[in-house]
Amino acid sequence: MSVLVYTENWEGQFKKKTFELVSYAHAIADQLGTAVTAISIGKVEDSELKKLGNYGAAKVKHLDTALETLDNQIFAKAIADMAVEEDSGVIVFSDNFTGKALAPRLSARLKAGFAGGVTALPESFDPFIIKSKVFSGKAFGKVTINSDKKIIALQTNSFDIKENPVEVAVEKGSLEGDSSLKLKDVNKVTDKIILTDAEVIVSGGRGMKSPDNWGGIEELAEKLGAATGCSRPVSDDGWRPHEEHVGQTGKVVAPNVYIALGISGAIQHIAGISGSKYIVAVNKDEEAPIFNVADFGIVGDVNEVIPKMVEAVEKLKG
Amino acid sequence: MRYTIIKKNIIMKILVCISNVPDTTTKIKFKDNNTTFDEEGVQWIINPWDELALTRALELKEKTGKVEHIAVANVGEKVTEATLRKALAVGADKAYRINSSPADSFSVASELAAFIKEQDYDIILTGIESSDYNNAATGGMLAELLDMQSISSASSLDINEDEIVLGREIEGGKETLSVSTPFVGIVQKGIALEPRIPAMRGIMMARKKPLETIEPAGAAPLVEYTEFELPPEKGDCKMYDAENVDQLIEDLDKEAKIL
Repeated sequence: MSVLVYTENWEGQFKKKTFELVSYAHAIADQLGTAVTAISIGKVEDSELKKLGNYGAAKVKHLDTALETLDNQIFAKAIADMAVEEDSGVIVFSDNFTGKALAPRLSARLKAGFAGGVTALPESFDPFIIKSKVFSGKAFGKVTINSDKKIIALQTNSFDIKENPVEVAVEKGSLEGDSSLKLKDVNKVTDKIILTDAEVIVSGGRGMKSPDNWGGIEELAEKLGAATGCSRPVSDDGWRPHEEHVGQTGKVVAPNVYIALGISGAIQHIAGISGSKYIVAVNKDEEAPIFNVADFGIVGDVNEVIPKMVEAVEKLKG
Repeated sequence: MRYTIIKKNIIMKILVCISNVPDTTTKIKFKDNNTTFDEEGVQWIINPWDELALTRALELKEKTGKVEHIAVANVGEKVTEATLRKALAVGADKAYRINSSPADSFSVASELAAFIKEQDYDIILTGIESSDYNNAATGGMLAELLDMQSISSASSLDINEDEIVLGREIEGGKETLSVSTPFVGIVQKGIALEPRIPAMRGIMMARKKPLETIEPAGAAPLVEYTEFELPPEKGDCKMYDAENVDQLIEDLDKEAKIL
């Protein structure tokens, strides 16, 4: 038996969320009395792969590949083969674009039950019951997985990193395949924090009045090392790119702090931010529903309050 | 029947898989000791992402002249026919209802796969997730069961003179890919801008369009939702004066360690 964890890399590097994921897989393995095997695909140096051992991965299966991009069909087959070879009872993915692309294919291939939107460890192992977000964060469902193998996708920022140093064995292999995809263009955003990874998100709504006022949001985000987001009307009107849309039909986020500026808090927006640990709201309407879910609030004009927030952050930083 | 290059006269058929979900403004409630979703008073709609997929399919049919037929399929009981009629009213040519109550993503994907295997669609579209169970799983499972390529998080789809091009969001960026048919496109926001609202003429026409009921294959689920709960209630919001922003930031940092 083993717990298999898919560890994605970015230009050969792992991220904090990778270590969160391995820590999570280790906590499950611990309860099952087994060990963690990590699978890594693509060019990653051994020194980087060995970092996974700090969080409890006893074995790392590293597959180098000549494939130029993520081919869901080929990747899913390789991970499924690995799960069989490693006799993995639980297979863990990150609930991000890549996890969403691969985990369901694996589930169908292995006839292994899948639960996405997971935010905590299983409630029980026999039967296997795990909590999963449903209705876009408006509720949780307890999912019972009856198949021998279980596949879960963990939401970023929902499990604390825990060091569990173990001796790690790196085993090499390769991933081959004739892809039906041809990569024409890649546009990587390297200078911005990814919305779904962010610890802090500064987000603006219609109350900002004009896209020209976004400078304040960007400045505050920069000072806080935060990502920028927006409400649906703002992205629908083209004030901001749709990638920034936070909410039920946009991105569901779970940062440590979500700062909602000029966002009234439609039910679909609140669904998308309900996983946030702390919510700060600034809105001119004291009746705005955002204050029902916020922890800290100010009633006032956002465009007047934002510069004061920037100033306050600078002052605190000293 | 894989062809990388679209030959001049090849005309495609698109299937859009649609899910019937509660309106996104629905306040979620449960009944029977929190074991069942309370459907009382719920308005049902086409899952928002599926609706955008359908919108894009219609745009492609109108603009490129390379799409001859758009069908929609849903796994559901008779009540979901209202949603299928709406899809016909905005412009789909034919609707299929696979007569089964959806048990989990896998059983839905299995029912769709059994149906699609008997057909010859070139492009199959699904929304990235449904706004009820949000498992984001049906599209990927369907592709695997059909042994087809899947492109997930797709935010653009174009049928050009000699190739099909999809844009997809990846972790920290975007990719543009050229793909071969058949494939499953799993789409998100951006694929189309505004969903269409059925016009009276469309509604009248939809009544005459074919809506076929398909007998289910009887796929078994892999998971089961046994209980539901609502998120814990939030405490009161601590309010600050607009002149006292410093205090808010200081208190926030004390609790959340933002700096």
